[in-house]
Formats: sequence, C-alpha cells, structure tokens
Amino acid sequence: MELVLTEDQELLSKTAHDFVRQHSPLSRLRALRDAGDPVGFSPDLWKQMAELGWVGILVPEEYGGAGMGMADFVVVLEALGRTLAPEPFLSTVLLAGQLLAHAGSAAQKEASLPGLAAGERILTVAYQEARSRYDLQRVATKAERQGESWVLSGEKIQVLDGGAVEAFLVSARTAGEANDPNGITLFLVSRDTPGVSVTLQHRVDDRAAALVGLNGVKVSQAQVVGTVDGGYPMLSHVVDRATVGLCAEMLGGMSQIFEMTLEYLKTRVQFGTIIGTFQALKHRAAKLFMEIELARSTVMAAARAVDAGTADFTQLVCLAKARCSDAYVLAANEGVQMHGGIGMTDEHDAGFYLKRARAAEMTFGDASWHRQRWAQLQGY
Amino acid sequence: MVDLGQFRAETRQWLSDNAPVGVRGLTLAIGEGNWGGRRATYPNPNMKRWMEVMAARGWTAPEWPAQYSGGGLSKAEAKILREEMAALRLPEPLSGFGLTMIGPVLLQYGTEEQKREHIPKIVCGEIRWCQGYSEPGSGSDLASLQTKAVLHGDHYVINGQKVWTSYANYSDWMFMLVRTDPQAKKQEGITFILLDMTTPGVEAKPIKLISGSSPFCETFLTDVLVPAKNVISRVNDGWTVAKALLNHERTMIAAAFGGGGKKRTMRDWARDYVEFDGERLADDGLRQRIVQYEMDNLAFKLTADRSRDAAKAGRPPGPESSMFKIYGTELNQRRQELLLAITGPQALGWEGAGFTERELTLTRDWLRSRGNSIEGGTSEIQLNIIAKRVLGLPD
Repeated sequence: MELVLTEDQELLSKTAHDFVRQHSPLSRLRALRDAGDPVGFSPDLWKQMAELGWVGILVPEEYGGAGMGMADFVVVLEALGRTLAPEPFLSTVLLAGQLLAHAGSAAQKEASLPGLAAGERILTVAYQEARSRYDLQRVATKAERQGESWVLSGEKIQVLDGGAVEAFLVSARTAGEANDPNGITLFLVSRDTPGVSVTLQHRVDDRAAALVGLNGVKVSQAQVVGTVDGGYPMLSHVVDRATVGLCAEMLGGMSQIFEMTLEYLKTRVQFGTIIGTFQALKHRAAKLFMEIELARSTVMAAARAVDAGTADFTQLVCLAKARCSDAYVLAANEGVQMHGGIGMTDEHDAGFYLKRARAAEMTFGDASWHRQRWAQLQGY
Repeated sequence: MVDLGQFRAETRQWLSDNAPVGVRGLTLAIGEGNWGGRRATYPNPNMKRWMEVMAARGWTAPEWPAQYSGGGLSKAEAKILREEMAALRLPEPLSGFGLTMIGPVLLQYGTEEQKREHIPKIVCGEIRWCQGYSEPGSGSDLASLQTKAVLHGDHYVINGQKVWTSYANYSDWMFMLVRTDPQAKKQEGITFILLDMTTPGVEAKPIKLISGSSPFCETFLTDVLVPAKNVISRVNDGWTVAKALLNHERTMIAAAFGGGGKKRTMRDWARDYVEFDGERLADDGLRQRIVQYEMDNLAFKLTADRSRDAAKAGRPPGPESSMFKIYGTELNQRRQELLLAITGPQALGWEGAGFTERELTLTRDWLRSRGNSIEGGTSEIQLNIIAKRVLGLPD
C-alpha cells in the first residue's frame, strides 16, 4: 500500500484539475448562489462528469460503473474541492450509491445503480435529525409495521441535495430506545410518496440541503434496504467511507485557499514592502504548508485502507477527518486574516472557503468527535 | 536483473548463519549504537564481531559502491536486507556521522583519492567522525563563522573555536567549515575541510547540559596544520557542500524521532500511573492530550512513509524535508512532556531512592529533548527554509 499516485491516478488527477479549471471555476458557485438556484448545482455539468466516468467511478461494472477504488476517486474529489464544485457527489455517489451497492437487494441495485452511474438519478441519504448531532444511531424518526407495510414519521434535517433528488434513503427506528444502535432500519423512499414534504434550507456554504418531513409515509417491505433493525452498522460503514471522500474535497479546498493566500503574500505591498517578507507571516505560512502536507498523507492512507479493507480503516478515517477539519479551518481562517480587509468582503473568494470549511468540518463528525472515537478504539 | 526472491532467501540464510547469538533482540536507544572508531566501546562483546562480519560484505553501508568496500546493493535489495534484519531482530551493526553524513557527501563531492582513503574506513567502522560547524558566535547564522584557515605552502593553518561538536572527545576525524576568504560575501569565503583530531593544537572539552550529561563538546583549534589536499570540493565552495550535508543531518535527526513503533505506548504508561474509570482514562484533559499526540504522531509517520515511497518512485525529497526536522523533533518534545504529565511527581527524580530506572531516564530524556528544536538548525530556521525554498516567499 504505497502512498504515491500510480501513473493512472496521476493522469486522472491531471484530467480532473484541467476540467475543473475550464468548466468549474468558483464563479459558477457564486452565480448559482446569486440566482437562488433551488437545485444548487449544474445538471448539465453533472451529465458531463458522468460521461467522464466520475459519477460511476465506485459503481460496480455490472451496474454500468467503472468499479474503481477510493484511491482513484479521491484525486477527482480533490480537484472538485479546489473550486468548491457543488455537484452531488457526496449525496448520490458516496452515500446513496455506496449504501445501495453494499446493502441493496439485487432488484434495488438493478433499479438504481445504472441510472445513478449515468448521471440520470440523484439520490441521497436522510440520516441527520435536529438532536442527533454526529451520532448516526441517535434516531427518533419512527417506522411502524402496518400489515405488509411500514409507516414512517419524523423529520430529517440538512438532507444533502434534498431539493434535487428523486428518492431518499431514510434511517428510521424500528426497535430500541432513542440512542440504541440496534433497531435502526433503512428505507428507500420516493420523493413523490404521499406524506413526504421537502423544504429547502439555506446553508452558509450555499450547498443545497432540505428539511424532509415524513408524515405517515407508507412504504412496502421491498423498500427496506438491508435487514430490518440492522441498518446502523451498514450506515456507519458507508458514512466512514464517504468521510474519506469528503476529506479529499477538503484537501482540495485547503490547498486552493492556501495557494491563493501565498500569491497574495507575494504581491501585496504594505509599509513599502511585500508583506511576504515579514517573518511573522512566513512562519505561519510554513506551518500551514506542513499541516496541509500531513492532511494529504492521512487522506491517501485512509483511501488506500478503504480499498484494502484493512483493520485500521476506522482509525485512519478518524485521523483523516480530524486532521482535515482542523487544517481546512486553519487554512481558511489564516487565508481571510492574511488577505486583510479584502478577505472579509463578499466580492473576494476567500469567504467561500471559510464557509465551506466549517460546513465540511461539521459533516460526519468534527475533529473533537473523531478524537473521542479514536480514544475509544485505542482502549482508553 | 537479480532475482529478489532468491536474494531474500540467501540473505536470510546468511544472516542466520553469521549474526552472533548475543546481538539478536538487542534493542539500542538513540546514541547507544555502535559508533566505531579507534576508541570504540561496544555495548556487548558480540557487537564488535557483528560489525566485522557485516563490514566484510559492505553491509554496514549496503547501498554504497562496492569499489569503495560498500555493499553495492540496489534500493530494493537494501530494503530486503533491512526487512530480514528486522525479522531476526538484529541491531544496526554500525551507526554514526561517517555513514549518515560525511560518507554520502564524500561520495558526491570527494575526489577519487579522498573516496579511496576515507570511505572504506567508514564502512568498517575504523574511523569515527564528528562535525565542526557551529561556533560560539555562529549558531543559527552558521555562515557568520570565524574560524580562520590560512594557506602556507601545501598546508592550511587553522585557528578558532568550534562548539556543539557532538562526540568530539571520542572522534578520530572532524569534517569542518573554515573561513578561507575573509573579504568575500559571508557564504562565499567558506571551505569544507577534513581534520585528523590527533593533529597538534586540537583540544576537545565536553559541555554539560541541563540533563546532566551531553554528547557535545567545545573544540579549540590553535595553529592546527591541515594538508590542503583535505579540502572537499573547491576552496571557498564549502557552503554548497555544507548545505548538502545538512540535508543528510536533518533526515537523520528526523528519522531518530517520531514513529516509535517499539516504544511503550502512551496507554501503557497511563495504565501504570493514572486512574482508569473502567476502560476510560479518568483524567479527561490528559486523555485529550494523549489522543492528540497519538494522532499527530501517526499523521507524521504516514507523511514520512509518503516521502519515502515518493523517493522510491524517483522523486527524492527537496527542501520540504525541513518539515520532518521541525515536526519530528517537536513531536518528540511533546512526547516527553506528555510522559512527564502522565508520570506526575514520580517524574521529578534526579537520582537515588524512590525512583525507578525508567523514571530517572524519563526525566533526563525530557530535559535532553528541549535541545531537539535547537540542534541541527532551530525550528525557526527550518520555517524560514520552507518559506523561502518551498513556498517561494521573498527575503
């Protein structure tokens, strides 16, 4: 498991970076925001990304994907993270796609994965609730048996790309108490099912999210994904894998804001001299460089552990997410600070990274949450 | 193309036939290895025998050219040798500045005659080397050094003082920087030269540190005569050689810290000294610090792995290796401070009753570790190097 890119990955990385520079500058996200776009991304660009094979990169070949690994995918996600491309990779590919690929029945895979890989179906997972914070087992949404059917009620928050999806994978409690990892079941719920309500949420990072209300939503047994009461281990596993993908996006973002900041340090003149000559700023820049290098190593190691299925996989996920969260927030904070007043204006791009860093930090557990998890894994 | 599978099998067999039983499983702390030289002392009588059998094959320096008594192995073969040595739990047969610093520099910059004279002696551990860089007025600002060398016939006459000369009192030769042109810009009047420590006028005195002992010396040079043929590369071109050597030094220092696979874990220490609330460390602040240290340590280790993998793939590290010096040494300091916090009042022993050997060692290791971010170029100097040479920030 070597921590260098293969020749194929180098090529993929270059293609992705070129594509992003050409088709997905940050100005695109800004335009989507300014237009108040309810979808939150560019469907045409999504189709193009699917044609490049990126959307189906993790989908098995028999369902129309490329059947490649996380070590390949992260180089693409890093490139997209550089310009904060808002396309639904996290929701559709890393969460819903992976959950279906791992836990779905043959019929569910057949019905969902080929369309997903082709960029035609947007799916997501509705796992977060108002009181759940980062704990996937803290589920209050209920699913009660009614003959051959299940009836769902509850509310999910910040459902990624909730405004654009055609179906949700919903975690609901079928047994056990509020914080019990046993007794959670996953259901595939079509957006147009009676009782489903979708209300758009405006988040600080301009990513599309929605409140999803479930009011007596009736679904069939065939819509259960995986086993009844056994949803948590699968959800947790897939969220861990998705976390690695998110970390790659974060790596791209922190690299970009850092490079922008470096450029500024090399050109901005104050007190009659270029501010990059000031040692106080040089040392902070050098420390940021180190933090980003360390973050990169953890992302590469975690991605390789996903593909190899090694025993230290969870530990490496905790490490990558904790380090990427801290490094991205630091790079963004320092970026704004070193840009001075201009960095605080909406006109400048730095703020977009500041906002996205915090949103990414608070997705799938922040640094502190992952450090606690690490301590438990290590036995103290 | 050598068959690597066959090489592995033969190496395993040879090591198992030739490694003295007394060196197997011998774990040596930093600075406790076999440093060779005329005044060598060995931690165990088998160590000398072990060095000799390995040196005879050139395996004290596996990747150096065979024509200078090195092992002549490829990177892949040297890796196999290391792995097989690790499998039999065999210690390094020889360590020291000859192998890690001056040897690689001589191979790069030395004349044929210089290589033939010095490299075989380094390989067989006959000569121990020390480094004469720093001076009382020239620490981080190394290029301001004042030790003067004046050419008289075919010899230089050297006068001045060096400081922080590690193990000068045990060493046979010194590689040093001297000022040969006081008129030139400070980096341009410096020459890299080799000095036999038995030359009249050389005096080395140990320096005591806050940890109670020290590998360091002050070295006084009074009218010392050194043959002009001992100059490495060209006169007044010593700065280039010095910088190349500093890269080796930083890599060596960084390699000595971080990782720490064989060490006792923080959890082992905590189990001995701190209350556990069932499976959970009762002191939450300490728990946080341990986690933070462990995670940073693993991130550092992975980065070192990444750098090594990149080097194997043909992308050797550049100035970004300063990062390993900064981060590796500071991690070691954090480790020592954390162990102090875990051990509590039992970490306050200097000597005598009521303290275990391990506790006394911990106290002195902590004090010694404060020097890590100073020696070999302070962390601040390393940050300047990254800012300038990696990030391209202006002076």
